Amino acid sequence: MLRAKNKTGLVFFPAFDWAIDPTHPEREERLLYTQDQVFEEGLFDIDGITEYKPDLVTEKDVQRVHMCVPDVKRVTTNSHFISAGGAKTIGRAVMEKEIDCGFALVRPPGHHAMRVVHGGRGFCNINIEAIMVEFLRKEYGIKKVAIIDTDCHHGDGTQDIYWHDPNTLFVSVHQDGRTLYPGSGFLNEFGGPNAAGTTLNIPLPPNTSDEGYLYTVENAILPILDEFKPDIIINSAGQDNHFSDPLTNMNFSAKGYADLTSLLKPDIAVLEGGYSIEGALPYVNMGIILAMAGLDYSNIKEPNYDPSRLSQSSSVSGSIKDICKDVLNVWNNRDALRDKIRGDGKFHERARNIMYDTDNIYEMQKEKIMICDDCAGSIRIESSSDTGHNLFGVHIPVDACNKCKEVGYEWFETGKSGSFKNTLLQDRSEDNYLTS
Amino acid sequence: MIIGLDVGGTHTDVVLLEKSGPVKNVKVPTDTSDLFSTVLKGFEKITEGIDPKKIKRAVLSTTLTTNAIVQSTVQTVGMIVIGGPGIDPELFKTNDHYYSVKGYIDHRGREAESIDETQIKEISRKLKKDGILHVGVVGKFSARNPSQENRVYEILNNNFEKIFLGHQISGNLNFPRRIATTYLNAAVYPIHKDFFEAVRSSLKTKGLNVPIHILKADGGTMSFESSIDYPAQTIFSGPAASVMGAIATAPDSDVIVLDIGGTTTDIAMLIDGAPVLEPLGIALGGYKTLIRSLKTKSIGIGGDSHVRVEKGEIKIGPERLGRAMAYGGPVPTTTDAIFVLNEDNSNEFEKAKIAVESIAKELKISPIDAAQKIFDKACDVILEEVEKTVRQINSQPVYTIHELLDGYKVKPTTIMVLGGPAKEFAIHLEKMSNYSVGIVHEWKVANAIGAGLARTTCEVMLFADTQHNIIAAPEENFSEPVGSHYTKNDAIMQATDLLKEKALKNGSSSEDFEVEIIEDLEFNMVRGFSTVGKNIRVKVQVKPGLIHGYDPIGA
Ligand SMILES: [Zn+2]
Ligand SMILES: [Zn+2]
Repeated sequence: MLRAKNKTGLVFFPAFDWAIDPTHPEREERLLYTQDQVFEEGLFDIDGITEYKPDLVTEKDVQRVHMCVPDVKRVTTNSHFISAGGAKTIGRAVMEKEIDCGFALVRPPGHHAMRVVHGGRGFCNINIEAIMVEFLRKEYGIKKVAIIDTDCHHGDGTQDIYWHDPNTLFVSVHQDGRTLYPGSGFLNEFGGPNAAGTTLNIPLPPNTSDEGYLYTVENAILPILDEFKPDIIINSAGQDNHFSDPLTNMNFSAKGYADLTSLLKPDIAVLEGGYSIEGALPYVNMGIILAMAGLDYSNIKEPNYDPSRLSQSSSVSGSIKDICKDVLNVWNNRDALRDKIRGDGKFHERARNIMYDTDNIYEMQKEKIMICDDCAGSIRIESSSDTGHNLFGVHIPVDACNKCKEVGYEWFETGKSGSFKNTLLQDRSEDNYLTS
Repeated sequence: MIIGLDVGGTHTDVVLLEKSGPVKNVKVPTDTSDLFSTVLKGFEKITEGIDPKKIKRAVLSTTLTTNAIVQSTVQTVGMIVIGGPGIDPELFKTNDHYYSVKGYIDHRGREAESIDETQIKEISRKLKKDGILHVGVVGKFSARNPSQENRVYEILNNNFEKIFLGHQISGNLNFPRRIATTYLNAAVYPIHKDFFEAVRSSLKTKGLNVPIHILKADGGTMSFESSIDYPAQTIFSGPAASVMGAIATAPDSDVIVLDIGGTTTDIAMLIDGAPVLEPLGIALGGYKTLIRSLKTKSIGIGGDSHVRVEKGEIKIGPERLGRAMAYGGPVPTTTDAIFVLNEDNSNEFEKAKIAVESIAKELKISPIDAAQKIFDKACDVILEEVEKTVRQINSQPVYTIHELLDGYKVKPTTIMVLGGPAKEFAIHLEKMSNYSVGIVHEWKVANAIGAGLARTTCEVMLFADTQHNIIAAPEENFSEPVGSHYTKNDAIMQATDLLKEKALKNGSSSEDFEVEIIEDLEFNMVRGFSTVGKNIRVKVQVKPGLIHGYDPIGA
């Protein structure tokens, strides 16, 4: 009889009645063949694999992470509350020790959603991993979290949310931004002045295959994880590195995904992208689930899998080696890099323009952060978009020192009397979220 | 008139049902080593003095196949499974003579690797040499495309007495369960066939030339003729008989049914007069199957459950060490506590008092208090399990936003009880909970009434793939080419027609044909930003329930 070595929880929520629009890749049909495959293989019958019904997240769960403009309700649908809820359900079950690990196989995805949300970008409205992580921090007091994003696209949303958080290690492995949406995720993006080095980007060349991915995990990600020592490891498990994915140019296989999962040993995996809905997802998901459960996956293979056709060139191998070396360099020199960004000022500022491709919105954002050695630093955000909405937002971090808290509240008071239509306080230290 | 017969572990109940209500019932002891004579004795007794011509049909619920599976006295069979990539099919091995062969159908029903005919012929020779008469053939995704199973069938056909094909057993997707179910069908086939042929011919010689129907685990019936192809569907029909009997007097709201026996209490649930079914199928004797079945939970608390004190706490069951001490049994039981509380000064009461006094002494309380505590505890455990069952039904995963947000949540307010200590438990459960608790009318024979009046049930699953221009219900041996304008409504109508045909063939009358749509999904298939077709899945069933025209209660 088949019995999972690791007790594994699954939320399977294909949202069969929801699509961004009828012919959009993020559509009703997306997990249909995955469902057929996991049902036919009898995965939910395996001893030690438990299927959970997703909870819904609350508005407060969303506010803990996001500053939604004009408000939470107007930038989300029920599908987002359920998808984030699926991740939360798995997170809770892991913390309650009902399961050893779990996989939220949900849609829509979330890793392109940043802290400020004016609408959808890269098929994402709210960041389902971040909502889960902040819920777990609040409910179970976990501190150090590692999020390893293996989606083929740069996880720019998660990067934005944890840019200033030294207690969250965010590593994104993706196809080089010069060749793919969203065009970011380079080595020189490594976090803000209070958290340099806990954001790491590993841009891989097109046509990277299993060999290159697994090399990256073993030679860059695992050593960094060993040193960071997270309380919990989360995998943003996008499946669009697959050789059959229509939107990308990589050569990863189902077996490769399973190998990656058994190397990484995530406590929680969350589905992100992946749009080869017939040729990849059914097999990749099988591989990930079996690997998480500690079961044999050597016989999982796509009907058209031909390893010789997918093998990677020596120039690709060479550049991957170099990139991994560079990433380790960033990580090892993070203190020096931090000092360099900080300079002598009390504050650090940056200004950005952000495109919401899914909803066709253009945002201009200015951000100011307290440079602080005692906490992650309070953040002030001024944002406006071409929809006419604007926002003045203040973020006080969960471990805020008195000084940063004080400054945060001062900012909020000045913001209230300012010219912004929405003024918002995100006080993580008190789990208090105010708008005016 | 209809005869309903339910073979139980110790007794077999038989009723005779007129349109106006039950007219006669008898009880005969069950001889587990000779069910045939038990059944015949039941028929003889119930028809004594009755004109056999007046009897229109007989419905049987037996433990024949269940016992054979649980006691592993089933026939040796051969199994051929076509697995392809995925979990190693060897892990689903059901028996010796199990062969995993080449070939693979993918999730869309496309042949990804063909079978090796030489390999099949070789296995066929081996099975034949080993004296195998019955074979099961199961392919992964055969419910999408049965061609490989059919091809294997053609190769094997002339060499074996009966071959069961996985796609004919169930249209549900679950390869391991399809293997187990096909195996069980092949394995119980000869026992089932011999038994019912013998019953039928014996009844014939007694002038009872009536159609024989058999109760299934889902609380529905099928004709003996149809059961030959699906013999495993007759397993575990006992709990179904009782629950169908309870339906007669249950209100239309959500209702919990408790069958409190000697060793166990079975919990089942009714929604709007129909029993809640297992999502996929029953698990029995270590096999997870695709056999449609009521969702029942059996817990180790009954009238004869062993009561003792452990670490200062009362423990009840799950073992039964014999009858209640009130009836001369060896150890204190729940029934003894009930006797003490009733205080009827009968002979049994005196013996029960001795039983409860031993518990009272250990707890240093009065016998009445001890009896009360025992009974409270038994009811507590049952109520807790009832809550768990409700929670579990409500936390069944769903896959659409609509179902998740607006799906039906069961909220039972009524419990119906049957079984030996039904009366006492009903009163006490009501006191201890917010449920209104009633006793199933004529509960002593409700099981046989339930069997006698159960409808013929079946289900049909149909899928359409307009990109591949096909609609198919492989389980019904149905497939047709289809155009791009085919819709979900067309599919529902098509499935309903197939269901009606199947139900009538299985012994239903058209007035009891109440269709329920269990699943109706339609997807646009989008490839490269344009729609290339529709993928439609429809599942319909005959709603389980009682047949029309017969009053299950009577005057
Ligand atoms: Zn992606
Ligand atoms: Zn600070």
